[in-house]
Amino acid sequence: MEKKSKIEISVIILRVLIGWHFLYEGIVKLYNPDWTAFGYLASAQGPFKSVFSALANESVIGWVDTLNMAALMVVGITLLLGIFEKMGAIVGIGLLAMYYLSHPPFPGLTQLNVEGNYWLVNKNLIEMAALLLLYHFPTGYRFGIKNLRKHKTVAQ
Amino acid sequence: MKWTRRDLLKGLGGLPILGAVWWAGASNTVGKRRERSVILEQLNIQPSLPPAVPGISGEPISVGIIGFGIRGEQLCRSLGFATNEWIEDMKVEVQENPNNKGLEDFMNQEKLNIQLAGVCDIFDYRAERALNSFSTEENKIKRYGTYQEMIQSGEIDAVVIATPDHWHAPIAIEALNNGVHVYVEKPMTHTIEETYRLREAANNSNAVFAVGHQHRQTLSFRTARDIVEKGTLGHVSLIQTNTNRNDDNGAWNYELHEKANPNTIDWQQFLGSAPQIPFNKNHFFRWRKWWAYGSGLSGDLLTHDYDRLNCVLNMGIPESVMASGGVYTHNDGRNVPDVMQVNMEFPNFTTGSSQVKGKERGMTFCYSATLGNGFNRPTILMGHDGTMELGNRLTIWPDGGSTRYAEMLENDKMSPGIPIYQYNPGANAPDAVSSATSQYFADKGLMWTYIDGKRVDSTFLHMREWLSAIRNGGKVSCGIKEGFEEAIAAHMAGLSWKLGKRIEWDRETETIKPIEGLDLDEVLLSNEMIRTDYIKVS
Repeated sequence: MEKKSKIEISVIILRVLIGWHFLYEGIVKLYNPDWTAFGYLASAQGPFKSVFSALANESVIGWVDTLNMAALMVVGITLLLGIFEKMGAIVGIGLLAMYYLSHPPFPGLTQLNVEGNYWLVNKNLIEMAALLLLYHFPTGYRFGIKNLRKHKTVAQ
Repeated sequence: MKWTRRDLLKGLGGLPILGAVWWAGASNTVGKRRERSVILEQLNIQPSLPPAVPGISGEPISVGIIGFGIRGEQLCRSLGFATNEWIEDMKVEVQENPNNKGLEDFMNQEKLNIQLAGVCDIFDYRAERALNSFSTEENKIKRYGTYQEMIQSGEIDAVVIATPDHWHAPIAIEALNNGVHVYVEKPMTHTIEETYRLREAANNSNAVFAVGHQHRQTLSFRTARDIVEKGTLGHVSLIQTNTNRNDDNGAWNYELHEKANPNTIDWQQFLGSAPQIPFNKNHFFRWRKWWAYGSGLSGDLLTHDYDRLNCVLNMGIPESVMASGGVYTHNDGRNVPDVMQVNMEFPNFTTGSSQVKGKERGMTFCYSATLGNGFNRPTILMGHDGTMELGNRLTIWPDGGSTRYAEMLENDKMSPGIPIYQYNPGANAPDAVSSATSQYFADKGLMWTYIDGKRVDSTFLHMREWLSAIRNGGKVSCGIKEGFEEAIAAHMAGLSWKLGKRIEWDRETETIKPIEGLDLDEVLLSNEMIRTDYIKVS
């Protein structure tokens, strides 16, 4: 297998795994009407604490919850199906940036509900970097619905 | 256009993955919810909504404040009156800590239809502090030199009593005899004898009498009552409740005010029936540390815990009480204990049983207190079928040896380490992609500390209930029956500690069983320590 192909397959694997991760989080929220991001937002830390606390306000929390769930599913579906994946990657980066900034692993801040030890870099940031790669390296034309559209274009 | 099978595989290969992830997420979530709802359905717990009390219509109720110290000021805020000094202090606090919602909550508090008409405090500074903030052109507030003058003035409908303990009953009785409504702080009385006199006065008066156990309004306690009544915990054999404090304020060493002197304080009126001693600032501000005016841990803090549980279980006065402890952490001249353990026995009490009839009966209420350690030991109700942690939050765990849940435990539908129910009005459950902690909110519990979208404190609810009963009739949640039980239980604990002896209650005659050669009230009030051998030591 040529080198380019190996890289493409690796990126496709990364894309499917990230899509899987986002979709599952979205689906779990979709099927649990009791779920809300209130606690996560209300316990925000760091320089943007006030912004995230404001999002936990009773008047907007319903919208915040719905948008979060919808965005997670959009990222999951686009990455898994290989269509509009650049848009999916951007949305994913936006979501992760918010998660990162609401509970940043900065020295001196209490880390709530994290399973590891982090200093500046955490898994959200790494997943963001991976999405940046997916944005610049679309693979839908190799594995994904784009693959079909490519044929369509050729046929026409 | 023609697609090969290979093209289709490459083009739509993501679809089955999508389907699989969707199916797994949906079935896991729905499955967990179903398991949970089976448990919740079986438990059938009904979280209580705020009690609806009729509004206070018509002319405002004129209220007089007797005692404008730390608690008196707090009670006034619950009535809607904050001193200018407090508001200034809170503004500074909010600047330092934007999360401090004290001022915001006060501003948002529902306005009660009352008129603050009079204040009675024997320390000039405090009385003037109230007048400076509350007296306006439209509503001149009068300062009364004595409580008798206030009660007999004919200008006051209701009094709020926040004095030292030894003044609670005399003032309350005077008010009730004059048809003036009473809200009195805990403990309801300071001696056994006056507990009966106050009960008689309350029963013979048309005025509404309430004791300041605001916990009765806390919604989690109302929910806890439902939980116990439904047999969720099975037979509760042991209750563990605690006081854990480790600071000056918690040990009643309040600030001695610079303006306090014999010219600004009516010392004789402070002493009342207490032993006549010369002016003493320490006794005036820190009266909780002496039996002559206060009642230490048993009257001051045990009463909170006792009444919280009495509100949930309605267990009444214990058949017997044994207490121990001493002055171990604050040897500063006080004579009330700062470490105290009280065991109250209820041999005939039961919360229901899931086992064979007659096997289970009786309960011990164990109160453990120290003013030398602040580790938070929760209040726990221990039943055959489950354990409940009782606070603003309620958590219930099934017991490994439960009869009621045996089948569910067997089938791994329940596990002793995992709560089967949680009620958390201030729930704060982190959840997002980064942390998969998916704790469920206790069935929309978030809403129940709010009324019409505003957060409300329980003292406000308690006072509103009292005021509503004054205007509209109806029962208060902590009236003379509850106050009588609280006061007797506290006095039994104080007596037991002082005598090192079991104190027994005679249910038939409704009296504490006498101890030969001893006047129990004299023992209770005595500023001298009395030990097991009955030899008085100073």
